Amino acid sequence: MLDGILIGLSTAFSLSNLLMVIGGCLIGTFIGMLPGLGPMSIISIMIPVAISIGDPSAALILLAGVYYGAIFGGSTSSILINAPGVASTVATSFDGYPLARQGKAGKALTVAAISSFCGGSIGAVLLMIFAPALASVALLFHSAEYFALMVVGLSAIAAFAGTGQVVKALLMTVLGLIMATVGEGALFNMPRFTMGIMDLQSGFGFITLAMAMFALPEALYLVLDPSRSKTEGGSSEIKDLRITKAEAKSIAPVIGRQSIQGFLIGVLPGAGATIASFLGYAVERNIAPKEEQDQFGKGSVKGLAAPESANNAACTGSFVPLLTLGIPGSGTTAILLGALIALNVSPGPRLMVDEPQIFWAVIISMYVGNLILLILNLPLIPYIAKVLAVPRNYLIPFIFFFTLMGAYIGQNNATELLILVGLGICATLLRFADYPLAPLLIGFILGSMLEDNFSRSMQIYDGFGFLMERPMTIGLLGFAVLLVLLPAYRARRARLRQAGVADGD
Amino acid sequence: MALDRWIALVILMISLVYGYTAFFTMDDGLPPFMKFNAIWPSTFPKGLSVLAILCALIILVSPGKDTDGPKVGDIDYRRLLDYKIGQAAALLGMMVLYALLLRPAGFLISTVGFLVISSMILGERKLHILIPIAMIAAGVVWYLVQGVLGIYLRPLPLFLGNGV
Repeated sequence: MLDGILIGLSTAFSLSNLLMVIGGCLIGTFIGMLPGLGPMSIISIMIPVAISIGDPSAALILLAGVYYGAIFGGSTSSILINAPGVASTVATSFDGYPLARQGKAGKALTVAAISSFCGGSIGAVLLMIFAPALASVALLFHSAEYFALMVVGLSAIAAFAGTGQVVKALLMTVLGLIMATVGEGALFNMPRFTMGIMDLQSGFGFITLAMAMFALPEALYLVLDPSRSKTEGGSSEIKDLRITKAEAKSIAPVIGRQSIQGFLIGVLPGAGATIASFLGYAVERNIAPKEEQDQFGKGSVKGLAAPESANNAACTGSFVPLLTLGIPGSGTTAILLGALIALNVSPGPRLMVDEPQIFWAVIISMYVGNLILLILNLPLIPYIAKVLAVPRNYLIPFIFFFTLMGAYIGQNNATELLILVGLGICATLLRFADYPLAPLLIGFILGSMLEDNFSRSMQIYDGFGFLMERPMTIGLLGFAVLLVLLPAYRARRARLRQAGVADGD
Repeated sequence: MALDRWIALVILMISLVYGYTAFFTMDDGLPPFMKFNAIWPSTFPKGLSVLAILCALIILVSPGKDTDGPKVGDIDYRRLLDYKIGQAAALLGMMVLYALLLRPAGFLISTVGFLVISSMILGERKLHILIPIAMIAAGVVWYLVQGVLGIYLRPLPLFLGNGV
């Protein structure tokens, strides 16, 4: 482990990689602050740039920096103008915006920055401990277990999608898997489901799909509903960034608890930063003393510190399954996984052994990124916040333009732009109807790996025999089925109870 | 029928076609030696189509929950006409136009045109600010893509030669 850390240090502290972190954090903060643009859109826009860098460590460092920056930027717009750009910072606005209204915007930003910093750093320490341990277990896995593990991951994402959403999420996952089978796979050397269209020969482009699923619908939403990009009503005056000793003392235990809880939630596939921040907020409100409880929602520093440390720790936590198992638990990490595959890196337990410099450099750069966000962004916030004043008439055409450019750079093909628009319209319709889009992308990215592992096990055992002969595989698959059925069963029971029908169990 | 069921119906149709291909037509072209394999190119898609059909059917037949309205801050598609649907459609049209014109008209002209006209669709009228910004942006992005990333983008229209 020490060797790894040293390799990581030397990689992460090379001048170009430091610039990547700084650049990534700044870009992320900048764009993340724009209301309505979440980290997934930003990262999908940045992917073509990252891929053309060519060096996987640098690319991942850049994207991770953008990710943190975007979360941080999202908190800033939540606090200053009550317009969370990201679902995971909605809880931040509960107490952050009231503080800003009271003229304490500077203090709120400081609390948010410190909590994010601690959450992210504690998360990174836990990642250093957890990931190698998990990876060493995962090294014992064969393709049959991998197949089963991915099925578990995909089912968990669907299972955590929320009540009434499980089937929808499952359908989206399967649709993503179906889209992944289009084109000429490496496995069979024959084109499948291309419907005779030449441009589909190589399958759907991953960047195109990511843009179409996230960036395009968000931008269309901004067009459809101008109030989503409202910028008025905020206090742009930011002064006095200091916090008092008493406040620091009161938020310290909150940050400690929520960093650990947030991290653990982040590790679970499908849960992620949004759930971590809401749960963190709820837990802290419940365990706070009575008089402080009343302060929650009216500008409590504890209520601000809880979601901020939780969502940053969860972001770090979501890297655990990505780096150790190669299974993304969230839309954002799915996009990162896609970028890694495009760079010829196969994430999984072998990553730590084969390419330790990538693994450790990413972890080290998490510390650096957190530090940069703290020392660079905090003093700059009053100036960066000016970005909130960019008129939407300029902003929106540029977002569209960047999605177009991203798809073009990714595939170098003008037809891809038409596919992008078509898929974008479909994605917007799906979003109207409340279908979750992240599972589709995760399914799409995992699709070829899932099929590879499935086929390999089928070949080794000459049929479905691997299900019987490998108890772990059947166990994991059973667990996956359980994960999907359990919420459905509970929803059904709740519905029956609501309808006043006695159910005989 | 609510929109989510219509979508489930469409996905059901797609999965049926997909499943039909996987089960009945796909293996026709399979070389004989591959038929001895435990796994065929159609094996995995067969499973997927069954799963997709099942899920879509469940959404279609499950009792509709009382819609408690859209979530706060979300768009209610039932009142779609209350939103700026015309602008959104026009911008999508601009994107299609951009895709079609990118090669023949060259990057610089199509990009400046796209940015200026899209802003005007959204209501911007200060052309003396808009046009310079669009031109600078197009120039900078062209330089970044061509010069830094090394991806070829034809800057000028076809009839003016290859540029560069």
